Amino acid sequence: MAGFVPHTDADRAAMLKAVGADRMDDLFRDVPGDMLLQQPLDLPAPLSEMELATHMRLLAAQNKPAAEEYSCFLGAGTYDHYVPSVVQHLVQRSEFYTAYTPYQPEISQGTLQAVFEFQSMICELTGMEAANASMYDGATATAEGAVMACRVTGKNKILVSAALHPEYRQVLNTYTAGLSVTVEEIPAPQGRTALETLERNLGPDVGCVVVQNPNFFGIIEDGPILGEVVNQSKALFLVCADPVSLGLLKPPGEYGADIVTGDAQAMGNSMFYGGPHVGFFAVTGRYVRKMPGRVVGRTTDGEGKRGFVLTLQAREQHIRREKATSNICSNQALCALAATIHLSYLGKNGLKKLAELCLAKARYAYQQLVRLDGVEPVFEGSFFKEFVIKPRLSPAKVNSYLLEHGIIGGLDLGRFYPELSGGMLFCVTETRSRQEIDCLVGRMGVCK
Amino acid sequence: MTKPLIFELGSPGRTAAGLPEPDVPVTKPEELLPFGMRRERQAELPEVSEVDLVRHYTRLSSLNYGVDTGFYPLGSCTMKYNPKVNEAAASLPGFTGLHPYQPEELSQGALKLMYRLERYLGEIAGMDRFTLQPAAGAHGELTGLLIIRAYHVQNGETQRNKVLVPDSAHGTNPATAAMCGYETVQVKSNSRGGVDLDDLWRLAGADTAAIMLTNPNTLGIFDENIKQITDIVHEAGGLAYCDGANTNAIMGKVRPGDMGFDVVHLNLHKTFATPHGGGGPGSGPVGVKDFLTPFLPRPLVECRVDEEAGKTYYLDHRGGQSIGRVKAFYGNFGVMVKAYAYIRMLGAAGLTEASEHAVLNANYLKEKLRETYVLPYDRTCMHEFVLSPLKSGERKVRTLDLAKRLMDYGYHPPTIYFPLIVEEALMIEPTETESKETLDGFAAALRQIAREALEQPETVTGAPHRTPVKRLDEVTAARKPVLRYQRQS
Repeated sequence: MAGFVPHTDADRAAMLKAVGADRMDDLFRDVPGDMLLQQPLDLPAPLSEMELATHMRLLAAQNKPAAEEYSCFLGAGTYDHYVPSVVQHLVQRSEFYTAYTPYQPEISQGTLQAVFEFQSMICELTGMEAANASMYDGATATAEGAVMACRVTGKNKILVSAALHPEYRQVLNTYTAGLSVTVEEIPAPQGRTALETLERNLGPDVGCVVVQNPNFFGIIEDGPILGEVVNQSKALFLVCADPVSLGLLKPPGEYGADIVTGDAQAMGNSMFYGGPHVGFFAVTGRYVRKMPGRVVGRTTDGEGKRGFVLTLQAREQHIRREKATSNICSNQALCALAATIHLSYLGKNGLKKLAELCLAKARYAYQQLVRLDGVEPVFEGSFFKEFVIKPRLSPAKVNSYLLEHGIIGGLDLGRFYPELSGGMLFCVTETRSRQEIDCLVGRMGVCK
Repeated sequence: MTKPLIFELGSPGRTAAGLPEPDVPVTKPEELLPFGMRRERQAELPEVSEVDLVRHYTRLSSLNYGVDTGFYPLGSCTMKYNPKVNEAAASLPGFTGLHPYQPEELSQGALKLMYRLERYLGEIAGMDRFTLQPAAGAHGELTGLLIIRAYHVQNGETQRNKVLVPDSAHGTNPATAAMCGYETVQVKSNSRGGVDLDDLWRLAGADTAAIMLTNPNTLGIFDENIKQITDIVHEAGGLAYCDGANTNAIMGKVRPGDMGFDVVHLNLHKTFATPHGGGGPGSGPVGVKDFLTPFLPRPLVECRVDEEAGKTYYLDHRGGQSIGRVKAFYGNFGVMVKAYAYIRMLGAAGLTEASEHAVLNANYLKEKLRETYVLPYDRTCMHEFVLSPLKSGERKVRTLDLAKRLMDYGYHPPTIYFPLIVEEALMIEPTETESKETLDGFAAALRQIAREALEQPETVTGAPHRTPVKRLDEVTAARKPVLRYQRQS
């Protein structure tokens, strides 16, 4: 029988008899008769496993994955980093992936300890004192962080840098729609958050300032100055960070961040058309009990042995209901595990080396590109693995030309920033070879 | 034996990573990074070899219990078997390697999959359109309530600031209402475990934004008054939201859209057999009736038919009344692939059989336990049922003890202490993928534990005895939280 139902006819007959039913429909007697479906659902006919495998392969073949068949220079929140074989191998252990949220710690120490390790690594990377077990993605982590900041400060305005990922800003707007909280944008005219506007707008009603670093344009914001300005107010400082960059960049915890969020897809998770990704969420010690989401803590068992449990549950929806710090229940545990394994694989020196590779390759690509006749730099300032340039032709034309030559070019910035139309956001990770970069430059050079 | 943390393994200077040497000219990072933004102290990440790494996480996995380990009757969580072919499908590079901003003409397979999945879910739930963006059930609830809110705002009915939630509801329901700025009003349950219609009559009014309801509810009971309930709310001008966490009971039998619900979320990681991953990733698509389509998050996947090119799928970002995005990009696509594969493999007949056998299994197990345990709502159940322990009146042994003792017998315990309206609740959901022998074995274990509770209660109150760790001190964990490892200097 399809559907992985193991019942034989004899089983079914015996079980129906045991429950006093003549047939299956008797079990649905509480459903009003006129509501019961009279005909089968209108769905495609069932496939055997073999047919399904072929069907899925054909469907997948109708995609041309950026990471496989092209030289991909797209980033903007989803990154083509190399995923080492060990990561995929280990997260495919079904003891991990077929478990539920670890409600019963005695038989969930695998998940719990891995989450504890994840939290520890996020704290190390961000320079914060506590982190939660993960969020859906960088966008929702950032939105929940900003809402949390308003809750703990009792204030009702969020200032958000225009150089925060546009889709993250859209999510923030959605999350605040029902709350008496307003979101105000701080422009980023030179590709970085305008400090003067921030200072001017940082009134007593502001509960949170949200900045991405490196920002959406790839530019490294002056964290310490921003931190100093925000810390002089009553607002909390939320920094959304790229975990790879933190191999080289000062952790936000060292420049005044109260909350650090971000997306760790770059660590051990495939791009997967934008999801599943994994958000992270870290805070300074004083806000530990204000965090949304699951948290794992260390403790001991009756024999004094170390063990791990879900803790601080008094914040959570299943205990506190309408007074919970968030409604989050499922998070992205398996993706967090992948990130943990990837970070362990890289280790202390590997992460730094990876960040250096990205920095060097992006720098090389940028220098080669802006040297071309007809390609203009758009912003000044240091960047990490992404940068903005403006070709003479429209980004659409450039990209379709590049595509003909096996290259997926940069993001057309006009899509999100009309004032930057004509600009393109390129991303170069360690997965792009010099040859691929040279090829991009060569094609851009003749695309006029 | 205590397992070391990954940080406690390895040795300074060791690494598993074999990263390539740079093939481009390298400028020292110090010269490229602003002075104030350089990292001075490296993050204390583990320094282990690849072998250390593989053994560490392999050992950790052995401390876990999953559906592949054994029976997992966790109520309201639908821990059914996760077909391996779906995992294989979702690992195809044609799915994993897609960038969300790559040109749509390169993503036709993915867009087609999303387009079709949306329609399958619409057919199963009786809804007109779905958004696939929400990443989990609770995220779907947030999306659904924001849609309802936007609808009322558009109608100028901003006074609708209350959400009705039955006392048996999932905790996420009131928490979600609060996130949308709503006040929660609790509706009583009647003696049969359904919504108390008199109480609902009294509470529904001009300030009602919506009711959030799970049907079958958390007691595993199909509320036979469902039409009256949604009618009462609609007459008061409110909308009806269905928490679809329990859809595994009703596929092919009855649909939320036909019960009068305006909005529903489905949990792909419950009903549609995608694995829970130890707590995610899930996926919580939200379906609506036509009149709410304008408010759905964008983009939606649409299809254009052209005589020459045939069908072309595209992302439609238009939608002035949309509540906006709830997540970056398009949702947990990797999870959608598995749910799509599941629906294609089962088809209409297979999904209906799945629900019928989920209900049969629950009723069968309930019959096997009714002599030993108190059954607070003694009626035909759907895919799950709730027990209130020991008929014998034995009070020394609590539900927590029974749950822990079940681990010694090799089972994952049911959901405990939920729903809140049943004292010492034990909420059991066997799912359809378990055989009669498995259910018989589990029932025998629960009966044996009931005997132990009378004859040798310490065995039960001291359980578990055979797990990697014993009962853990959760009070100290919460009182003095240690949430991260720090190297002793």
